[in-house]
Amino acid sequence: MTREGWINAALYAGLLAVPLWAWATDEPFTITLATRVAILALAGVGLNIALGFGGLISLGHAAFFGIGGYAMGILASHAQSYTPLMETPFLIEGTKSMPVIWLVAIAASSLAALVIGALSLRTSGVYFIMITLAFGQMFYFFAISWPAYGGEDGLSIYVRNGFPGVNTLDPIQFFALTFVLLSLALWLSARLAASEFGLALGAARQSPQRVETVGLSPFRLRLTAFVISGAITGLAGALFADLNRFVSPTMFSWQLSGELIVFIILGGVGRLFGPVAGAALFITLEHVLGGLSDYWHVYLGLLLLVVVLFARGGIIGLLAGRRVAHD
Amino acid sequence: MTDPVLATRDITKSFGAVRASDGISIDLRPGEIHAVIGPNGAGKSTLIAQICGGLRPDSGTVEFLGKDITSLSGPARAQRGLARTFQISALAMEDTVLQNAVLGALKSRGGRLGYFRPALGQSNLREAAFEALHRVGLADQAAVRTAELSHGQRRQLEVAVALTLRPRAFVMDEPMAGMGSEGSRQMTQFLDTLRQDAPILLVEHDMDAVFALADRISVLVYGQCIATGSVAEIRANADVQAAYLGQDA
Repeated sequence: MTREGWINAALYAGLLAVPLWAWATDEPFTITLATRVAILALAGVGLNIALGFGGLISLGHAAFFGIGGYAMGILASHAQSYTPLMETPFLIEGTKSMPVIWLVAIAASSLAALVIGALSLRTSGVYFIMITLAFGQMFYFFAISWPAYGGEDGLSIYVRNGFPGVNTLDPIQFFALTFVLLSLALWLSARLAASEFGLALGAARQSPQRVETVGLSPFRLRLTAFVISGAITGLAGALFADLNRFVSPTMFSWQLSGELIVFIILGGVGRLFGPVAGAALFITLEHVLGGLSDYWHVYLGLLLLVVVLFARGGIIGLLAGRRVAHD
Repeated sequence: MTDPVLATRDITKSFGAVRASDGISIDLRPGEIHAVIGPNGAGKSTLIAQICGGLRPDSGTVEFLGKDITSLSGPARAQRGLARTFQISALAMEDTVLQNAVLGALKSRGGRLGYFRPALGQSNLREAAFEALHRVGLADQAAVRTAELSHGQRRQLEVAVALTLRPRAFVMDEPMAGMGSEGSRQMTQFLDTLRQDAPILLVEHDMDAVFALADRISVLVYGQCIATGSVAEIRANADVQAAYLGQDA
């Protein structure tokens, strides 16, 4: 196993060990923190496919995170109030079933990513960043001005949604669900990176001309990556809403898009476990420094500066050295 | 006369008031190396872009293997076997030499891109990649990161990637650019053997290479093709001497 492989294994084991230890010592708050890490890491794994593998700096991934959140909020709130979502032309009822909510979240965020991607990927560089930001803000202001689902105040769901055979209100069981989904996403992400598609996508990031000359369209490669990326981030949004039992427009905020990018830069751009390392560090700092000072973001900013200036590969790059080419 | 593999028919392209291509008709026949020369700004790059699909001509057509490909995209042309190399190496620098070569083989082996199949785990792709690397003499460097190759080796890798496409014609934009005299000599020898695979449309500034390799030469000046002919004909052509070869011919 490579050094990066060992570091990944250690991170993975750590993310599992901390909540298990907290469970054994009856520290539910720590389990909740670990669940936050797992969910935000999942959102980061999604973004990493676009940003890390594809080089697409999306400042609008909060749109997918929020769509996932609102998919959960809307479905669950209708189930909670026993009112159907719509009656004509056919009846759609709300639901409290996590698997259904996840599927809806994935479908809705993929669709949004397809539309946003098809429009934004015609640009590149700073224009791409600005267009994705603009789309994110559109969703944000739409959510604020949509009174049916809480508007600015958001939407509270009183009971966490259910998953067959799991007591989702038990923190450790809910953590287990999120951890399994994160594992699946990491596995998918690793397979994608090593696949033919991954090779072509990486080449499109480094030299779009090259990809065209071998008969592939960079636009289609990027759009596919953007949709997969949006779908995973959307799923994370649904879980995040379930963790808090609350959805609000802040899930769509551009600060959230920025935080997802920060996870990836802290952890290591394009590294499989970069988002996991980044999210874990971010939440730990938020918890530790946030307890010391309200202005903890200053220290986060300093750390980010150090990483960008001196450790371009993020934490994982710092520990594992330069990326070893597979094979 | 055999049908040309690749031909432009009276193509015209203007940028504002500048006619970068002014009714250019050139053709590439099986087995030949056809060099296109001309002073800077003569429209060589614009011509290549129209042949390879980066630019659409204002009028005229581009034909490849007997089909009109004027409206096809660059990737679609590449899939049909039009292989191009760049003046400034366009390679995936962070990837290994092998990965670059496998990339070339992906689409030419037909079918859709796999999302789960490991790119480097497939014997047919690896074989195609290694075969091409062997031909250019880079097989020993397969595991090296492309960024660590010398300039000359990158040029060789460009050609290797083009070879993995199973090309029906090559379009090469200054393959000798930036190479030392020894490197140029080797590349010249190599291109000489390559014409057996597919004919080459060669845009090149290195006149020694052009005169050594070309079966025919076309001379572009201000967007017009002022002469096409054998090396001897072009050397003897008064217009060409006046317009281009001038002092050093």
